[in-house]
Amino acid sequence: MNGIHDTGGMHGLGPLVVEQDEPVFHHEWERRVFGLFLPIAAMGTFNLDEFRHAIERMGASGYLNTSYYEHWLHAFETLLVEKGVLQQTELAARCAQIAQETH
Amino acid sequence: MSTNHNRPLSDVEIRVKALESLLVEKGLVDAAAVDALIDTYEHKVGPRNGAQVVARAWQDPAYKARLLADGTAAIAELGFTGMQGEDMVVVENTLDTHNVIVCTLCSCYPWPTLGLPPVWFKSAAYRSRVVLDPRGVLSEFGLEIPAEIRVQVWDSTSEIRYMVLPERPAGTEGWHEAQLAALVTRDAMIGVAKVTHPNE
Repeated sequence: MNGIHDTGGMHGLGPLVVEQDEPVFHHEWERRVFGLFLPIAAMGTFNLDEFRHAIERMGASGYLNTSYYEHWLHAFETLLVEKGVLQQTELAARCAQIAQETH
Repeated sequence: MSTNHNRPLSDVEIRVKALESLLVEKGLVDAAAVDALIDTYEHKVGPRNGAQVVARAWQDPAYKARLLADGTAAIAELGFTGMQGEDMVVVENTLDTHNVIVCTLCSCYPWPTLGLPPVWFKSAAYRSRVVLDPRGVLSEFGLEIPAEIRVQVWDSTSEIRYMVLPERPAGTEGWHEAQLAALVTRDAMIGVAKVTHPNE
């Protein structure tokens, strides 16, 4: 599928920013998203091509304005709901509950 | 994790907690397994692995031949296997060719030998431009490739992961493998830097 993810040769995607002595993860939530990848994949709910496709289906603006591990999170949420493992309503309810508790 | 915070959580932090907590409660994911994976890829897997592969190839011509013929098998000889290293192709810098790797479609990267990719490797800026103007991008890394040297860019497929075998720096004859490995950087194995002698 052609789309915003197919970046090769595109113009105007901004300057190259290189961080010296970059840590493996920048935030705790990035660690958790990374660590969830294999256990979620091992559930056999979706394969790697479906995972990539879920990211490729993000809109151009969403794709470019979010980071690598946000792409992964988006794919987890999208596929686990589409495959019926989680309900959108229970994800939303849990988010609201956590927001309330940690406010 | 503690829920005592000095600031409200961001939306993305909330979404991650919500997802993980639901999967753990349903018995679909073991939080300890998540912790173990994080520890492995944050502390145990990284470019020091790839540096050992490069140093071995510099020291042992038979190993180098195996590495270039079947990267996956030769890398596995040193014990480096696993996710994102299942189909490895090692490309050698020579007197007339410099190699650089990218994944224009996502951010595929050889985890067992290089660890997890830096943010710039995953950025749209690098992915879009290194195939269009590789010499310009390399120049931004401080690497000027002379016009008579060919620059070859290797773009990952959904399966193949590339790694560069950089040139052994002059003046390192007689060095031990561990000394050589200490010179090899992540960036040299991506192809945005050369390996240099410490006196250079």
